[in-house]
Amino acid sequence: MAEVLVYVDHVDGAVRKPTLELLTLARRIGEPVAVALGNGAADTAATLAEHGAAKVLTHDAPEYADYLVVPKVDALQAAYKAVSPAAVLVPSSAEGKEIAARLAVRIDSGIITDAIDLESGDEGPVATQSVFAAAFTTKSRVSKGTPVITVKPNAAAVEAAPAAGAVEALEVSFSEQATGTKVTARTPRESTGRPELTEAAIVVSGGRGVGGAENFPIVEALADSLGAAVGASRAAVDAGWYPHTNQVGQTGKSVSPQLYIATGISGAIQHRAGMQTSKTIVAINKDAEAPIFDLVDYGVVGDLFEVVPQLTEEIEARKG
Amino acid sequence: MSLRIVVCVKYVPDATGDRHFAEDLTVDRDDVDGLLSELDEYAVEQALQIADEADDAEITVLTVGPEDAKDALRKALSMGADKAVHVEDDDLHGTDALGTSLVLAKAVEKTGYDLVICGMASTDGTMGVLPALLAERLGVPQVTLLSEVSVEDGVVKGRRDGDTASEQLEASLPAVVSVTDQSGEARYPSFKGIMAAKKKPVTSWDLEDLEIEADEVGLEGAWTAVDGATERPARTAGTIVKDEGEGGKQLAAFLAERKFV
Ligand SMILES: Cc1cc2nc3c(=O)[nH]c(=O)nc-3n(C[C@H](O)[C@H](O)[C@H](O)COP(=O)(O)OP(=O)(O)OC[C@H]3O[C@@H](n4cnc5c(N)ncnc54)[C@H](O)[C@@H]3O)c2cc1C
Ligand SMILES: Nc1ncnc2c1ncn2[C@@H]1O[C@H](COP(=O)(O)O)[C@@H](O)[C@H]1O
Repeated sequence: MAEVLVYVDHVDGAVRKPTLELLTLARRIGEPVAVALGNGAADTAATLAEHGAAKVLTHDAPEYADYLVVPKVDALQAAYKAVSPAAVLVPSSAEGKEIAARLAVRIDSGIITDAIDLESGDEGPVATQSVFAAAFTTKSRVSKGTPVITVKPNAAAVEAAPAAGAVEALEVSFSEQATGTKVTARTPRESTGRPELTEAAIVVSGGRGVGGAENFPIVEALADSLGAAVGASRAAVDAGWYPHTNQVGQTGKSVSPQLYIATGISGAIQHRAGMQTSKTIVAINKDAEAPIFDLVDYGVVGDLFEVVPQLTEEIEARKG
Repeated sequence: MSLRIVVCVKYVPDATGDRHFAEDLTVDRDDVDGLLSELDEYAVEQALQIADEADDAEITVLTVGPEDAKDALRKALSMGADKAVHVEDDDLHGTDALGTSLVLAKAVEKTGYDLVICGMASTDGTMGVLPALLAERLGVPQVTLLSEVSVEDGVVKGRRDGDTASEQLEASLPAVVSVTDQSGEARYPSFKGIMAAKKKPVTSWDLEDLEIEADEVGLEGAWTAVDGATERPARTAGTIVKDEGEGGKQLAAFLAERKFV
């Protein structure tokens, strides 16, 4: 069976969920061969094997942390040469897309970004994309070279599918470009203890209606009662009420959870672009005319300062 | 020596309009007004600020796009860029990301550059890969997705706020940079700027000028194919209740019914 390269996104050996989803999709096309780079690369093998990786190619070198993107492209290209895969799948993070793009140029192949689904087809893998702020769904494929496809989080379910997961050391020689962009300092994000925004099953977001940073704990309390991640509109972020890493929308994160709750958000097209593919959508807004209500499965027209605390309290009560 | 900055700007259909596909499944540019991608205004703004700090700098704005894309160039010129290059050719219709990066790379090289500045993503394609593709093709460092950028003594520095960390980056020129919408509000063109823009030079190049064959680009030359596009079915109208004091409880009941609680 044809092999499919899967680029592994991990933090010091802990595999992030979108990579496991990629393994589910990769198995529809062929036999997954994972590529894990950097600190803790070999520690990813057990998890990857559980989810279907036949092989795990690993390599660690200081270059991965000290320089931007290109060392990883060099390594992925080395894996590509070693395996001759039927397709290369990469998680659709900002960095993932850049790695995939540069690989595509090097191997003279087409690239598709932000797939939300992937099937095998007669002429190679067929990717589903959601475009124009999710107003359209398209089906695309790569028509030249080996398909390089980046896939968004939540595109598939994580499935257990035990495979060999044999670890092999990847041989990488870095290109001249590898050391072009130096990372001179790195400040890791502080963990909030809440789920990762793009991976969360439930997201609760606050917008300009929240009225100030001092009121965001109301949104956070609702999120915590549901085990949800917290999001924010750009208006709330620009006002300095919530960090930019939590922004949902075109220039923030794109989320596709089972449940999205928008509080004090009007539903501008750029916000919708980042949340419209959520399965169930709920909104609380005091303006009955707000465009967000066009999207909702359930909407409450009311003051969020009344509705949200009551909702949180009722959820806590039902949990018992 | 003068610092040569090239800003890549895209002419896109207005996101608040009713965007559609044409019959050949390319973006329909006829029914919706076009404009300079808002995210590329941030790139123009940073170019202007970098030029202000430099002893001597020249900003060229570059676009690959149809006839009307000149509007985007005019806007950038009225913000303060010095000159413009418009790559226009009927054979470019349907070009994908790899093709566009090929054309931009040739045009940037022909223009001459020390620093290329891009937006974080186009507001229609939203791929966000062009800057990386361009850096790969040009063989120069990529310093991308910056929320802060500066240039000094032939070195570009910037801050990249990533998913797991915030990073300080540094590279020697020539380089390709992209900036996010966190990099600072873009200025509005002044009346004087708008008047001045009318006299600024706009150079037009076609594929031949760039020594690119027609079959390397366009729909035919594309590395990807779109086989179908379907409009997302309108969401079935949801339940909307007015809060009469029990709105939170009603919503909780809905969430429980859907097994979220
Ligand atoms: C290029 C570009 C990119 C952009 N990217 C993004 C992006 O990534 N994400 C994003 O979100 N936006 C983005 N925007 C901005 C977007 O256009 C909107 O301006 C923004 O989403 C508005 O945020 P909001 O809904 O919180 O604020 P508003 O539109 O001001 O809406 C606030 C809502 O809160 C309601 N409200 C007020 N008080 C209460 C109360 N007490 N109880 C209940 N409801 C209340 C109001 O009725 C109103 O509907 C972008 C814009 C551009 C041009
Ligand atoms: N046709 C184009 N002409 C000029 N610049 C472009 C074009 N397409 C994309 N760009 C640049 O590349 C950036 C990222 O675009 P994209 O990868 O399409 O999301 C944009 O913000 C622009 O700076």
